[in-house]
Amino acid sequence: MIAARHDNHRWRKIKSALASALSLLAAILVIAPLGLVFFYLLQKGAGSVNWAFFTQLPKPVGEIGGGMANAIVGTGELLALASLIGVPIGVLGGVYLAEYGNASSNWWLRFVADILNGVPSITWGVVVYGLIVLTFKSFSAYAGGVALGFMMIPLIMRTTEEVLLLVPNGYREASLALGISRWRTIIHIVMKTASKGIVTGILLALARIAGETAPLLFTAFGNRFWNRNLAEPIAALPLQIFSYAISPYEDWHRQAWAGALVLVVGIFVINVSVRFLTRDRAARVT
Amino acid sequence: MPVVAPMPVVGEIPRTRAVMAPPSRFADKAFEWLTLSMALVVVLLVFLVGWQLAHGSFLSIKKFGFNFLSTSTWDPVAEQFGALPFIYGTVVSSVIALIIAVPLSIATAVYLTELAPLWIRQPLTSLIEMLAAIPSVILGLWGIFVMIPWLRDYPFPWLKHYFGWTGLFTGPIYGVCMLAGGIIIAIMILPIITSVSREILRSVPNLQREAAYALGATRWEVTRIAVLSYAKRGIFGAVILGLGRALGETMAVTMVIGNTPQIAASLFKPGYTLASVIANEFTEATTDLYLQALFEIGLVLFGITIVANLVGQLLLRTLKNSSATRGA
Repeated sequence: MIAARHDNHRWRKIKSALASALSLLAAILVIAPLGLVFFYLLQKGAGSVNWAFFTQLPKPVGEIGGGMANAIVGTGELLALASLIGVPIGVLGGVYLAEYGNASSNWWLRFVADILNGVPSITWGVVVYGLIVLTFKSFSAYAGGVALGFMMIPLIMRTTEEVLLLVPNGYREASLALGISRWRTIIHIVMKTASKGIVTGILLALARIAGETAPLLFTAFGNRFWNRNLAEPIAALPLQIFSYAISPYEDWHRQAWAGALVLVVGIFVINVSVRFLTRDRAARVT
Repeated sequence: MPVVAPMPVVGEIPRTRAVMAPPSRFADKAFEWLTLSMALVVVLLVFLVGWQLAHGSFLSIKKFGFNFLSTSTWDPVAEQFGALPFIYGTVVSSVIALIIAVPLSIATAVYLTELAPLWIRQPLTSLIEMLAAIPSVILGLWGIFVMIPWLRDYPFPWLKHYFGWTGLFTGPIYGVCMLAGGIIIAIMILPIITSVSREILRSVPNLQREAAYALGATRWEVTRIAVLSYAKRGIFGAVILGLGRALGETMAVTMVIGNTPQIAASLFKPGYTLASVIANEFTEATTDLYLQALFEIGLVLFGITIVANLVGQLLLRTLKNSSATRGA
């Protein structure tokens, strides 16, 4: 009987070890795609990232070479336009959630913001197409910026709220006790204290939307030349990668890999530097 | 966390000089209203999306009614539009993705919170966040040129040989197909299910674990009995959120699923999803009705993702409210 109990105990130990091993295996499988994607981006893209890639326009079909200068600048312009919408609305909305309102109304607002976060990105493309492209009868950089800006709002709102709530209440009380009005307290004391965290949230939101393609397909539309007027179609790195990837030309595939490598490196640099800048606890958002 | 109540201004404190203007109530109110109106933008946006999609698909809704959802002819030339193949493709590819991603994500979350050595937890979590940061279009590019050729040469023939009898893995292997679409979606939803499940597992009170250890349970038994059963509901919420993402995933799927509107039993056949048909055909829609049908596809997609997100978020939220142990 003692032997049987001993066996049972042993079997339970084995089962436990087995479960550990399996879950380790699962963790390896989950991060495997990251390694594989990175490996192939470097292998297939690194050779094509050169001076021309950053400085030249795409060459016409059939000609080898050229670059994605317009798409890189275009992505920058779209992100700037998106920030004009996403940053003020997101940050101020986050201020309301953290500083004003009552528990139940704020519960609802947070809930709606999280639901909005789950709206598929392609949906934003369709909505902004109906809202702006149809109204002004043209694809435009503005439309692309609006679509991306809408996506930024719930992201920034939630991160801003989180970092403002990390500011100790004593700061607010001390400021109010000095007779400083509430709104000045919020701007000069609370938001100033949390400014690093707010900026972190904004940068992470930018990194998140910089690679979005679906909302731009029928808003920014893409452009093989420089955009001289924001009311006209504009190129963007993810759009260019998409159209080159599904094209039949070998040279375009090569450039798609190069574009993808540049985009991923850009996004990762933002993500990693943000994490390094805000290692102290008060400024962490995620 | 409670919000500070404004300090009441108690009378006028005598001052020798008016160094500070008294707090302006108007400015205070104005600032509060400004921030409130910005916060309300999220509510406005939800209605804007719903209205814009419904408004944009008015003609199509009027002409096809419920047949839009139940017929499978998609013929822009004859102006016949039925969304069934896309709904089918979206559901099947998402189910495949869940079948692959759910066990892997949950096991990874368990590893990260319960079993892994402490030093490895943070780096591993960061790596999973990096996977989440890879744009869909780049995963699609990798899917076309790396994943599909590999699937076509190794796992697919194997599946066909050993599991062809199920009817799921029959017919010619093109590479681009429903199964490839499901696999790429699985990769995209792994990080979200893992990170939400991890949060849930971390919120399980340590007392639970200690109690089980005290009874002599092994590490795995502690995880299974004390942690997983406690966190069941939250993990279900995480899975539903992952489903919401899967249903709306666009670029990567569009690049590997084959984009053919058909309903076929074999997962080796190309398929099409709601999101991909919008991505592919929107700028080619030449007639009003065609465009409106695509808007209606958008409306259907919006509807099902909203439901998934509502359910997922509610599951997670009720859990948060009931577990008082959760820190800030």
